[in-house]
Amino acid sequence: MSAEAHTSTEYIKHHLEHLTYGQMPDGTWAIAQNAEQAREMGFMSVNLDTMVFSIVLGVLFLYLFHLVAKRATASVPGSMQNFVEWVVEFVDNSVRGSFTGRNPMVAPLALTLFAWIFLMNAMDLLPVDWLPGLAVAMGIPFMKVVPTTDPNATFGMSIGVFLMVLYYSIKIKGIGGFVGELTLQPFGKWGMPANLLLEGVNLIAKPVSLALRLFGNMYAGEMIFILIAIMFSGGAVLALTGGVLQWAWAVFHILIITLQAFIFMILTIVYLDMAHQEHH
Amino acid sequence: MNINLTLIGQTITFAIFVWFCMKFIWPPIVLALETRRKQVADGLAAGDRGRHELELAAKYATKSLREAKMKAAEIIAQSEKRSAQIIDEARNAAKVEGEHMLAVARAELEQDVFRAREQLRDHVAALVVAGAEKVLRREVDAGAHADLLEAIKNEL
Repeated sequence: MSAEAHTSTEYIKHHLEHLTYGQMPDGTWAIAQNAEQAREMGFMSVNLDTMVFSIVLGVLFLYLFHLVAKRATASVPGSMQNFVEWVVEFVDNSVRGSFTGRNPMVAPLALTLFAWIFLMNAMDLLPVDWLPGLAVAMGIPFMKVVPTTDPNATFGMSIGVFLMVLYYSIKIKGIGGFVGELTLQPFGKWGMPANLLLEGVNLIAKPVSLALRLFGNMYAGEMIFILIAIMFSGGAVLALTGGVLQWAWAVFHILIITLQAFIFMILTIVYLDMAHQEHH
Repeated sequence: MNINLTLIGQTITFAIFVWFCMKFIWPPIVLALETRRKQVADGLAAGDRGRHELELAAKYATKSLREAKMKAAEIIAQSEKRSAQIIDEARNAAKVEGEHMLAVARAELEQDVFRAREQLRDHVAALVVAGAEKVLRREVDAGAHADLLEAIKNEL
């Protein structure tokens, strides 16, 4: 019993560990072989699995869309172009609905976010043991296939969005206007510290909530897949139940991965819209 | 679950992806969409215009048809009138010509009658002379009695 619990714990831990490349305690650069080594590497390390999967998926998205964009025709579109146009129009409508300013960057940004996050989330639908099992068979100790279950990836995007919010806030409103927005409301100039506190939290909460919402949803979803996968080693009945559950959760997850990608995109548009508004 | 350099790597990756999308993907697709939208709008406008023109053409055709019918009726009426006139004229001309020919024939007839009468008179005169010769049983000098014979001929 305790041994089985131990292996279950190890199974889960194994699935939650990144393939980390960094400086070992003895000064050499290598891939961490266990969680402790990875933790000791600290900030100066890279999660190879997150980077590789996210870049491969991002490049896949850019490649497919670029393929269509190169041959985009105004006459009768092919099925691939039809699909791409459908996605583009969906994003374009979302931007038109939420973004009131004029900025040619927002729509491509939204499209990139939506497509990229969707693809990264979709990795969640692969059975949890396929790619990590393959990696272990090839001698790679860890493999986390869903980049959005890594806070580095979600914060990486939300920080990118946050920097753009800061940039456009200052560009549109000027430094004075932006500082004024942070300090002169809602209580007027005599409540400056309180204003700064409230508005500061408001400002910081944007990237944090953006990143944590996506991370939390995907991490929890991944965790449930892992827990269901444990059932496969518990006999025929449990395995069958696990199979049904995994199917059901995967179907439900199709909704979640799309929804989370959409929410990230829409909130980014809304934040950038707020950054573009001169008067509050 | 550690926050590490991946964060910065992801931010840079994200920036590059957005830049690429903005530069090479979004503009051509949106351009194609806009162009097609415009083409469709133009096509619909052209269709409307065509329908309108068709209506105008139909109206014009009806109007021309009516005018043509009226003109044709007028022409038919005129030509009937004209033909009646021509027939009248021809009838009159024929009547005149007929009368003329009748007059000529009558004149010829009269001449013939006159000529026949002259010949008859000559014959009768000759017969009378021959008869007189026989009656008198003597020769009458035709030359000496020409005056007498002429007088008798005129009386006949």
